[in-house]
Amino acid sequence: MAETVSFFFFAAITIGCALLALLHRNVVNSAFSLLGTLLGLAGFYVMLGADFLAMTQVLIYAGGILVLIIFGLMLTQPDTNERRMGRILAAVAVVGTGALAFWEKIGVATWNAVEVAELGEPGGTVREIGLEFLRRDSWLLPFEFASIVLLAGLVGSVYIARRRFREEEL
Amino acid sequence: MGLSAYLTVGALLFLIGLVMVAARRNLIYVLMGLELILNAANLNLVAFNRFRPGGMEGHLDGQIGAIFVIILAAAEAAIALAIVLNVHSLFETIRPDDIDAMKD
Amino acid sequence: MLALALQHGAEAAGHAAVAGASAAEVFGPSTAAWLLAVPLLPLAAWVLQVCFGRFLPRQGDWLPTGALAAAAVIAIWHFVKVLSVGDPDFALAEAIDLPRWKFFFSDPGLTEGLAGFTAGILYDNVSAAILAMVALVSFLIHLFSTGYMQGDSRYNLFFSNLALFSFAMLALVISDNLLFFFVFWEIMGLCSYLLIGHLAADKEKPKMSAAWASMKAFMTTRIGDICLFIGMMMMFQAFGTLSFSELYQAVESHVAGNGGEWSPWLTGAGVMMFLGAVGKSAQFPLHVWLPDAMEGPTPVSAMIHAATMVSAGVYLTARLYLMLSPTAQLIVAIVGGFTAIFAATIGITQYDIKKVLAWSTISQLGYMICAIGAGGVAAGLFHLLTHAFFKACLFLGSGSVIHGCHHEQDMRQMGGLRKKMPLTYLSMLVSTLAISGVPLFAGYYSKDTIIAKTLERSMAEGSLVWSLPFYLLVAAAAITAFYMFRLIFMTFHGKPRAHCSEHAHESPWNMTLPLLVLGAFAVLGGKVWLLDPLHAVSGGQEPWFLRLVHDPHQFVDHAGAHHAHVTAMSASLAAAAAGILFACLFYLWKRLDPARVAAAFGGVYRLVYDKYRFDELYLATAVRGTMILSAFAAWVDKTFVDGVVNNVGRVMRGLGDASAATDLHVVDGAVNFVGEATVAAGQTVRRFQTGRIQQYAYFTFAGAVVLAAVVLFRVI
Repeated sequence: MAETVSFFFFAAITIGCALLALLHRNVVNSAFSLLGTLLGLAGFYVMLGADFLAMTQVLIYAGGILVLIIFGLMLTQPDTNERRMGRILAAVAVVGTGALAFWEKIGVATWNAVEVAELGEPGGTVREIGLEFLRRDSWLLPFEFASIVLLAGLVGSVYIARRRFREEEL
Repeated sequence: MGLSAYLTVGALLFLIGLVMVAARRNLIYVLMGLELILNAANLNLVAFNRFRPGGMEGHLDGQIGAIFVIILAAAEAAIALAIVLNVHSLFETIRPDDIDAMKD
Repeated sequence: MLALALQHGAEAAGHAAVAGASAAEVFGPSTAAWLLAVPLLPLAAWVLQVCFGRFLPRQGDWLPTGALAAAAVIAIWHFVKVLSVGDPDFALAEAIDLPRWKFFFSDPGLTEGLAGFTAGILYDNVSAAILAMVALVSFLIHLFSTGYMQGDSRYNLFFSNLALFSFAMLALVISDNLLFFFVFWEIMGLCSYLLIGHLAADKEKPKMSAAWASMKAFMTTRIGDICLFIGMMMMFQAFGTLSFSELYQAVESHVAGNGGEWSPWLTGAGVMMFLGAVGKSAQFPLHVWLPDAMEGPTPVSAMIHAATMVSAGVYLTARLYLMLSPTAQLIVAIVGGFTAIFAATIGITQYDIKKVLAWSTISQLGYMICAIGAGGVAAGLFHLLTHAFFKACLFLGSGSVIHGCHHEQDMRQMGGLRKKMPLTYLSMLVSTLAISGVPLFAGYYSKDTIIAKTLERSMAEGSLVWSLPFYLLVAAAAITAFYMFRLIFMTFHGKPRAHCSEHAHESPWNMTLPLLVLGAFAVLGGKVWLLDPLHAVSGGQEPWFLRLVHDPHQFVDHAGAHHAHVTAMSASLAAAAAGILFACLFYLWKRLDPARVAAAFGGVYRLVYDKYRFDELYLATAVRGTMILSAFAAWVDKTFVDGVVNNVGRVMRGLGDASAATDLHVVDGAVNFVGEATVAAGQTVRRFQTGRIQQYAYFTFAGAVVLAAVVLFRVI
């Protein structure tokens, strides 16, 4: 029961905030609504036994990426009102139709829906994930590659965003 | 709650993200939409991992995949925002409709 | 201390049969490592000196010098061990297990035949003595150079080259096969080139004559080297090995299998390999490079003349002895004897102090080669050893004189230096007495033995041609004494004849100390007579070296040997006395005027003074011939080869024109058609390229939907 309640609670937060982010005319408000979506997802992760992932979600998405986005907003001074409801509705119509065309198929996917209750209480995953990452026959190589990707992203973003002088400034 | 409930939430998030990418006329929105799409995928991954027949004990590949998605999303966000800043300084706008220098 | 050790070793040699100090007990299992360290230390010093020499204090001169000091200590230490064993047939490889390295030319699986060969360390009495000598003399020359080369613009490189030179010689001495021998031999050729030409690259005043001299030395010795290589390949083709000991056995069994007859090709191979020694040891007719090599700095001359290079040639001849047929031995002996007298006569007429010494070296090398040819391998090597000490002393002494006289080399400008440079004078006088064959000094014992050996051989063979070496060598001994004392009298006695000799000064300690050490060896190197004064001149025990190294063949019995020895001793003593007497008459007491004698012999004197005009002869024949040949080759190249090339070019061009026409009309047509088609297609498709990314997102989504439809509904 408690689980059902919390599921719908988080689902409401996640979907509601996402819709708000989609529809709000002020882009700053949209960004903050996105925060709600991300936190709601973190709640889902906890429910699904992924405690480490939930933590990562809060730290990186809510803490890092969102701050980046807000920084981007501050530096680019976008139009605060550019919402075109007609356009959004048209998009919803197109996308929704495309999606609904497959709903039948997806809805009856052959996956055996197992209740969470039947699966038993999950234990902590932090230690296990750490071991998985550092075991040679497991995820060590992708893990190292990920650090290289992050380094490349770091250097690349600094390079792209560096200040260029226009000719008249020189 | 079963797997399909989580998958439904994921699908809805995906659709909202997709509409956001396609319909809003601001590059920042496009980025936010992309984040939503990635998060929808993450939710699916974690849910599948949880409802794995035989239990998730010792099998965390779904969660690890999600972690990699987060890593890549972080790198993507950094670079994409750098590009947005650059675009802004070049075209003095971040409306995707106005940036059509690639047309010819 | 070393003299004590020598004496101790000599006694031990006498008691070897009784005491039986077995080699295996004396030499521990680490011997191989120690022996390898002897050449490898200078090699390491070379590497470090080349890389970091410039940055070290004193430009790193202490690095090769220190390495050579350590190598000398190790080499002498092991030599003392060899002396304490005192077995004439001692060979380290039979006493203990030495490491051997196997090399493969092709597939390591093929271990037989020509596929691979083995290299190892050769350490017997001969190499022990020569290794100790080379290491010690090289060290002393390094020490001398730290004084002599002071202020040179390429001081650090000089020392690195010197270290490489020492490494090559030390490694050569302990190589047990001809291939490695040849490798180090060639490294020495390179080093001699670099060092003789050292002053040619001087940063302030390049010396072009040094460049020519280095080139001449390199090219002349190269002729010999090629012959050596051909001889080596003949041996390898025939016997499939290059190891000295295996070659000895193979040659012996081949000759035995041939009924005791030497095949002509074996004689040929021996002579070819000997020609390598002719080049390196500057024997007639490849002697022309050595006097010109005096263009190098004096320590280099000492190095080439005493410790390395020319010794290598003699050492090679000694190692070859068992592969030489009697005919080849005769050739070797005649070449050596002729060179000995030929070079000595030139030595009389020269005025450059270093040139006199150079011709003297050629002459003394002739002695050694002649001795080995006549079967006196031990005598030849003994002379090599004693000569190394007193010739190094003479060269370093001349360097000291040149240094003191502000780089004046003409003896006519010197004179009266005796009082100004007492230490130099003393050591050079001692060495001169040694080279002249005055009793008690080292050269006396070795030269005496050589002459006795040639006499023994001529007694045994009984033919006229075999008696030639004896007479040639005795005559050369007289001339040697004459020109060496001429050098001493002109340089050190009389009155100073020029400004430079009036202001001469003694050299610093690091130059005189090597001189004194080498001078001591010139006295004691032959026989340690200070400890054995009763038998100083004759009788008593043989010199230590001859007890340690025995000749492979004895040609006469004991009585014959005694007779030959007495005759040779009298002859050589008489020759030395005559030479010294005439030198005194001409240059000390001034009873005879050299200029008038020279005038009386007019044409002959000019001919000798011009070194028998061999340089001119070679220039007119070999060098000019090569030039004409190369001009002819160039003409052939231009006329025929270029003609062929040009015609091929013309044909190709015609083909190219045809191909171009095809290209233009057929291929280009096709290409243009493809291009136009592409442009037309692009014009059609570009309508979708709106440049709006959100539209692209729609397209992407549409594509995904279509794909999903294909998968889910199995449309296709």
